[in-house]
Amino acid sequence: MVTKLALRNIFGSGLRTWLNIFILSLSYFVIIALQGFFVGWQEDATREMKEWDLAGGQYWQQSYDPYDPFTLDDSHGPTPKELQEKIKKDKAISILLTPATIYPKGRMRNIVLKGIDPQQKLLKIPTKHLRSDEDEISCLIGSEFAKKIDIKEGEYLVLRWRDKNGVYDAEDVKIAHIFHTTVLTVESNQIWIPLSQLQEMLDLPGEVTIITMKDENYNKQFQGWTYRNLDFLLADLKNMIKAKTVGSSIIYFLLLFLAVLAIFDTQILSIFRRRKEMGTMMAMGMTRPKIIQLFTTEGALHAVFAIFMGAIYGIPLLNYFEKVGMNIGMDAKEWGLSGLEDALYPVYGWKLVLGTIIFVFLTVIIVSYLPTRKISRLKPTDALRGKMTKKKVD
Amino acid sequence: MKKIIFISLLIITHTFNLNLHAEYLDGNKILKQIDENMYSKTMVTTSRMIVHGKRRSRTMRVRSWTQGDTRSFSEYLSPPKDAGTKMLKIDDKLWIYNPQADRIIQISGHMLRQSMMGSDISYEDMMEDNETSEIYKAHTIGEEVFNESDCWVLKLTAKTDDVAYHTKNIWVDKEKIIPLKEERYGKSGKLLKTTEITEIMKIDKRWYPKKFVFKDVLKKGKGTEFIIESIEFDVKIPEIRFSKAALRK
Repeated sequence: MVTKLALRNIFGSGLRTWLNIFILSLSYFVIIALQGFFVGWQEDATREMKEWDLAGGQYWQQSYDPYDPFTLDDSHGPTPKELQEKIKKDKAISILLTPATIYPKGRMRNIVLKGIDPQQKLLKIPTKHLRSDEDEISCLIGSEFAKKIDIKEGEYLVLRWRDKNGVYDAEDVKIAHIFHTTVLTVESNQIWIPLSQLQEMLDLPGEVTIITMKDENYNKQFQGWTYRNLDFLLADLKNMIKAKTVGSSIIYFLLLFLAVLAIFDTQILSIFRRRKEMGTMMAMGMTRPKIIQLFTTEGALHAVFAIFMGAIYGIPLLNYFEKVGMNIGMDAKEWGLSGLEDALYPVYGWKLVLGTIIFVFLTVIIVSYLPTRKISRLKPTDALRGKMTKKKVD
Repeated sequence: MKKIIFISLLIITHTFNLNLHAEYLDGNKILKQIDENMYSKTMVTTSRMIVHGKRRSRTMRVRSWTQGDTRSFSEYLSPPKDAGTKMLKIDDKLWIYNPQADRIIQISGHMLRQSMMGSDISYEDMMEDNETSEIYKAHTIGEEVFNESDCWVLKLTAKTDDVAYHTKNIWVDKEKIIPLKEERYGKSGKLLKTTEITEIMKIDKRWYPKKFVFKDVLKKGKGTEFIIESIEFDVKIPEIRFSKAALRK
């Protein structure tokens, strides 16, 4: 009966109620859309990073620290025998890293030179373009880096490096292929050449820096090597997205705050205006808790109608974004964001949608209930005369 | 018959070659003489370093204190932007003091490959040991006229595997026993850096470069010019000069 009465009251109320419902529906939409974009970004970036760089996890030579370029000179060691077998069976690949210098258009630039097996199929890096059987050194370079140093496929680049003893050498290397990727860790300030050639150049036969594993659960310990699982390798990305999510949550908390403030306001106003109606209901035998329930239900119905209103315009819009994506209006790689194409593709899971609905719904119920506490003190005689019963002061 | 002609030709050519080489001085002796002429126990210099950039050139004045091959201290005197910057080299370690930040930074690993104050010289070049005869074996490969001076052309090959430049070619003034030109090569034989002395001066009994240009051949530009304004040999340098404390003074 209470729900029926509340529904009748809601339909009978004016434009103000529907405006409140619209603002609340906007909160649903913005929360789901924004969260969906972040979930989508994390999923895309994780997938891309696994395909291009991390696969199932990595073994790092114990001296290697990607955040400390000083460690690069000493970060190399022979591949453990068991891992050599994995490499032979295409279940792992090894990569050798060394600092080097390039001279694009006569300008000096420090880079990281990476050696990789041209036959590898584990990572998406198009290593088939690398030729280790030729006299000249062929190399792969990312499109963004190629743009920065203004070089094109087929052109030559002067590369200078030092071998394990610190002896200088330089060679002209041919840009065999320019690849496009969203993963900065395989393209930013780096050049890929065949592993065997790099080992020969550095006088480090059989030595590597990183061994990337296909299997996610392979984490056997080897002397001189540290295993890094995907949780560790993706921690930076997750933390960054988490930070961005927290930052953007300010927007939807603000929106939700405006919506619930309007509902709170409406509740206070309707309790004040409808004193006589409450008195009549009490006189006819309705208990105070029932009246509180009625007013709270009226407030909560805002959240229910907002779900439907939000669904009317939200579902087509969210579907559209899911298919077409949303242009982020900036070059993600220039901002140092991995795994981001020009457009963001959101992912909406049932957990996200249901979680948002429950969160907003509970917030609205609490906000609708708070002003109704006044009713518990209301005397029917006061209410019938249009008065509010004042709180007793002892 | 053919065989006899071939062997005779081989003997003639070989003898001729030997005769030619016999005219050349022993490269190692020349190198030793260069070291004796160029190096002193201690040295205090004031010089100008002109870095020729794409659009404009920058001139920096530097005062340096050097002890043997292992210890040196430099202080930039001008321009105002760089004045007060100090560098200390002890063995294979290098520290830089930046007065703006009031911080001492140790340059190591990857950073040693970077250019020093925007010049064609890297910190690594600065760290190189100077006693050439100790690390290279020399072979005289010819004679040439360079900048109107008769020179021996010496090919230097590193004695060990850990020398930064595997080979060098130097043009040594026959009379003054000073290298007027130097070419530094990579392991595969690619020319990497050159030094050309355009003016020399005599101090006491030594011949020393007054003006020279150092160039990273792989880089575009006219290189970095050095002009020695004053130089003093075998002067007493207080021990404190080669300490980290001197960087902040």
